Amino acid sequence: MGVITDNWDLWVDATVGTLQIFFFGLIIALVLGFIVGAMRVSPIPIARWVGTAYVNLVRNTPLTLMFFVFAFAVPVVFEIRDLRLLGILAIGLYTATYVAETLRSGINTVPVGQAEAARAVGMSFTQVMGHIVLPQAARSVIPPMMSVIIAFLKNTTVAAGFSIMNLGSIRAYLSERGENAMVVLLWVALVFVVMVFALSGVQRYLEKKWRVAR
Amino acid sequence: MSGGASVLYDVPGPKAIARNRILGGLVVVVVLAAFAFTIFRLADSGQFSAEKWEAFTYPFIWQNIGLALLRTLSAFVLSAVGALVLGFLLAVARLSTVRVLSIPATVVTEVLRAIPVLVLMMLLYYGFGSIGVPMSSFAAVVIALIAYNGSVLAEVFRAGVESLPKGQGEAGFAIGMTSRQVMNLILMPQAVRAMMPVIIAQLVVTLKDTALGFVITYNELLYYARYLMSQTTLGNPIIPSILIIGAIYIILCLLLSWLAHTVQKRTSRSVKVKVKVAAHHPGNPGGATDTQMMAAQDVGTDDQTGHSQAGG
Repeated sequence: MGVITDNWDLWVDATVGTLQIFFFGLIIALVLGFIVGAMRVSPIPIARWVGTAYVNLVRNTPLTLMFFVFAFAVPVVFEIRDLRLLGILAIGLYTATYVAETLRSGINTVPVGQAEAARAVGMSFTQVMGHIVLPQAARSVIPPMMSVIIAFLKNTTVAAGFSIMNLGSIRAYLSERGENAMVVLLWVALVFVVMVFALSGVQRYLEKKWRVAR
Repeated sequence: MSGGASVLYDVPGPKAIARNRILGGLVVVVVLAAFAFTIFRLADSGQFSAEKWEAFTYPFIWQNIGLALLRTLSAFVLSAVGALVLGFLLAVARLSTVRVLSIPATVVTEVLRAIPVLVLMMLLYYGFGSIGVPMSSFAAVVIALIAYNGSVLAEVFRAGVESLPKGQGEAGFAIGMTSRQVMNLILMPQAVRAMMPVIIAQLVVTLKDTALGFVITYNELLYYARYLMSQTTLGNPIIPSILIIGAIYIILCLLLSWLAHTVQKRTSRSVKVKVKVAAHHPGNPGGATDTQMMAAQDVGTDDQTGHSQAGG
């Protein structure tokens, strides 16, 4: 416990850092992912191609490389130098592709006949979407989306390699203060296990809650 | 989705076609503008000057890139094989009716999956170093990747086995097979086949995650890229290094993904898998874990970044 209570300031900084990356990155990932997901299922061929190209390119790129681009290349080319902002952008843009794919596959689980039947009984476009397609899609999207969010939370540690303060980088600071790296890292691991288990619990709850309905 | 009807919209009429063309034009304009701006900025900051690219005219640099690539690939191959073996063992243990096996296997799988790979790598590299059991960065990368991906693959195998009709195992027991024979001869082969796309997608994740070795100073591709960038005598070729090393990574992953896609196509031609997919009717993900759903939905499944949470 001493490792935590003696270095309270650093642990608070690190946790706040991780949560900052998590929340702001998640906002970027969800908004951009929603746009790209919509592009990938849109009736406009060019939008579909652009969406597909983005998803395929970024998903075949290691997250570390995304951080390379944002931490080393963007400052030179675009003269943005706020590392924390760049890190959030890197991980947000990376996770957006996973969000987009989850949305797309969720929409694809709804059989075409559902929408056709709705149109056949005279529903308008908004009614078809609001009453028939999206509620069904949402049910199958939420559990895998939670998996994406959990993976995203764990991925925030990669920022540690690029001098952005978060739970992944706390070891370097505490080693300077003479703490044992093993103890520090076991605590970090425990924090993540607790956070991930909490999110998994939410996921299981949602999965169960929506399993009944059909 | 090739211009035909989709669940979201009808086949477009003349009005919709006109509107779609305008929106399509808008997308083109936005994308081209973003590209043009980036290229303008790149040119403006002198990234296209010959001296920035000079480093990549030297054969010895390419030789070093080749060596770094080999180190990336050797970490990947070793991790992939190890993760498959560990995943198989953990899945069998977790599915076992012997509690002494299944409970520890469950705990290990769940905990390993919850720890970020990078923290696992640091734990092995810095943690064990600090208690007097130093480990090479290569060993740390490989062991961490085996532990993490092994536990994820264990869940994939388990989901695969649990998605099989109950009669499969029962029939095996009925003709007098032992539970080990049932697992190895009947359940696992079918589970592996059904889960092949997910398994290969997880291997792509493993390949991508070798890049985390950069953070714990494993001398792989990105580490070498970082080294090149810091060489003032070569003019700090930041953009060229990222472009070239990035291209190598993307090509490697695309090759593996392409393999995943080919295998996916081949397995979905199989009769058994078709039955399985029909059982999980797309409109009813009710009983399916998301790993099963991913398999049934023909998703690019590495989107779980290794966190295929199985609910069943």
